[in-house]
Amino acid sequence: MATLHTVNKSPFERNALESCLRLAKAGSAVLLFEDGVIGAMRNTRFSDKVTQAMNDFSIYVLGPDIQARGLDNDKVIDGIQVVDYNGFVDLTTEHDTVQSWL
Amino acid sequence: MENGEGVVKKFCYINRKAPYGTIYALESLEVVLIAAAFDQDISLVFADDGVYQLTKGQDTDGIGMKNFSKTYTALGDYDIKKVYVEKESLEERGLSAEDLQALKYEDEDDDWAEKDSLFVVGREDLVKIIDEQDVVLSF
Repeated sequence: MATLHTVNKSPFERNALESCLRLAKAGSAVLLFEDGVIGAMRNTRFSDKVTQAMNDFSIYVLGPDIQARGLDNDKVIDGIQVVDYNGFVDLTTEHDTVQSWL
Repeated sequence: MENGEGVVKKFCYINRKAPYGTIYALESLEVVLIAAAFDQDISLVFADDGVYQLTKGQDTDGIGMKNFSKTYTALGDYDIKKVYVEKESLEERGLSAEDLQALKYEDEDDDWAEKDSLFVVGREDLVKIIDEQDVVLSF
């Protein structure tokens, strides 16, 4: 059963992203939104860990939350797909369940 | 209180959260502007995810929230001219001073020359700055 995992907290602030990547089943999708988009950016303390996680997960990030924080789609880690709200909806319908890591 | 002049204390506001995901950044800004109205000696510190509050090019149209980032550029008009950003926090986020808005104030003692009010400082300097304060408020 395919699950979409969502993370809305910065990895610098909470360990939600790390817990998600540790406990989610390989093959799952992970969507980063709100302050969670910080985890999708290149050259942060967490970039290597997230890059490594892409061996097991499809990772997505919500574009509007990137722009709101003055960050740049071009600085998202290669391989992470930027989606808009419609893409968010598509992801929720394409997966059997949605699990949010608060 | 003497000669109608109030007591001036050194106030420091430490901002450690990214904007928009929580209400802390906006609330801090509101409180800072209130304190400025009372002519206090104000310093702002941006560390940890707080450095994201000062990024340039914030565009909140897509999330339907008010973009309050322009307010930071008005701090100089409220006589707030000490804004400290922790260098190490920028570095571990892959950011640099170029990613931040320019913050300026006009120096009335120097023919209103426009001067920088944003300073990127190292951790050791920040320790001293915080230690010198009378009141420290955390957001």
